[in-house]
Amino acid sequence: MVEGKQKRYARVPLSTLRIVPLDAMTLIYHRASGQTHVVASPVPELIEILDETPRDVAALLARLTEQFDLDDPDEAALIARLDELSDIGLAIRS
Amino acid sequence: MRYSTRLRIGPVGFRVGSDWRAPIEQLDRLYRDYPRPDDGIADFNVRLFAARPWRRFVRPAVMIGGDYTIPDALPLPLRLGLLAAEMGMNLQMALAQRRYLLLHASAVERDGKALVMTGVSGAGKSTLATLLMARGWRFMGDEFALLDPETGLIHGFPRLVSLKNESVGVVERLMPDARFGPLLPGTPKGDIRHVVPDARAIAAMDAPAQPALILFPRFGFASEDRPVLPSEIFVRLTQASSNYVAMAERGFDALTALVQSIPARAIDYPDTDAAVALVERLWGELA
Repeated sequence: MVEGKQKRYARVPLSTLRIVPLDAMTLIYHRASGQTHVVASPVPELIEILDETPRDVAALLARLTEQFDLDDPDEAALIARLDELSDIGLAIRS
Repeated sequence: MRYSTRLRIGPVGFRVGSDWRAPIEQLDRLYRDYPRPDDGIADFNVRLFAARPWRRFVRPAVMIGGDYTIPDALPLPLRLGLLAAEMGMNLQMALAQRRYLLLHASAVERDGKALVMTGVSGAGKSTLATLLMARGWRFMGDEFALLDPETGLIHGFPRLVSLKNESVGVVERLMPDARFGPLLPGTPKGDIRHVVPDARAIAAMDAPAQPALILFPRFGFASEDRPVLPSEIFVRLTQASSNYVAMAERGFDALTALVQSIPARAIDYPDTDAAVALVERLWGELA
């Protein structure tokens, strides 16, 4: 098992997702699984900061802090959310 | 099968076959003014059959089958044969319809625009649609509204209206000249009586309508209405659609376009007069 801080995450190709922001919620259709996800912040933001090149948690946290004015960056919470996204196929963990 | 009939409801053609004469005779009487399937070819087959050969005669019990079947479904007594036929048609739609996104909803039309009403069983979708039909709206259906992914239009499915319990008496008084099926007491959903939609609903069944308003009615509460956010409309409509998953991306696209383009309101109503007044007011506010 890779330690949390050593894990790297990449986004799935955007061509495999349909993302429709509605109100407080965003809809994501995942073409690979045929599943529809109804998500709230921070999931759309996380998908936005991921690249097709895998990045480690420190780099992603820095990007998140910079782009979304985070007051209280929490590495453990970020890892937990990224792992959830990876488990449902919306991110790639390596 | 021994007895059979063909009919078309909106864009969908059915062939209903039966081991018994009575359900087919009732269908033929109630669907007398409906067209036949285009080119005589049915989209879906419904079969009403005896579980064992002798059960045609001895305590006759109607099994519902067709192109698609639910295994282990319980049979209905022959006195509920018409209900079995209607359930069989609904079942084929729910399991096999792929051309349209099915919304478990009633729909009525005015000025080319559709009002779609959806909610749990007993919320009043059928009753409301029937009351609005009696007030001059065009009835498009009380069970399924068909959303066309190609055009975003709602197609009607104006099968027989299935009235339940208290609404049977309400509609009998409101539309005494309408053609009714037999009263079917003691069904799994209580007392049911079918009524044929009016002539206009049948004549215009092929005309789709632009969706304009979605309502989520709830019977038995003081009059109230509140707007519903697009994400909540989306979730409620996916729950109200039996083929959303099977429709895949076409269903996603059709539904996201719908929820972003038209308003929705949740309405509570204590009685049918209040409901009709509320609907007319909300419809008037759209203009």
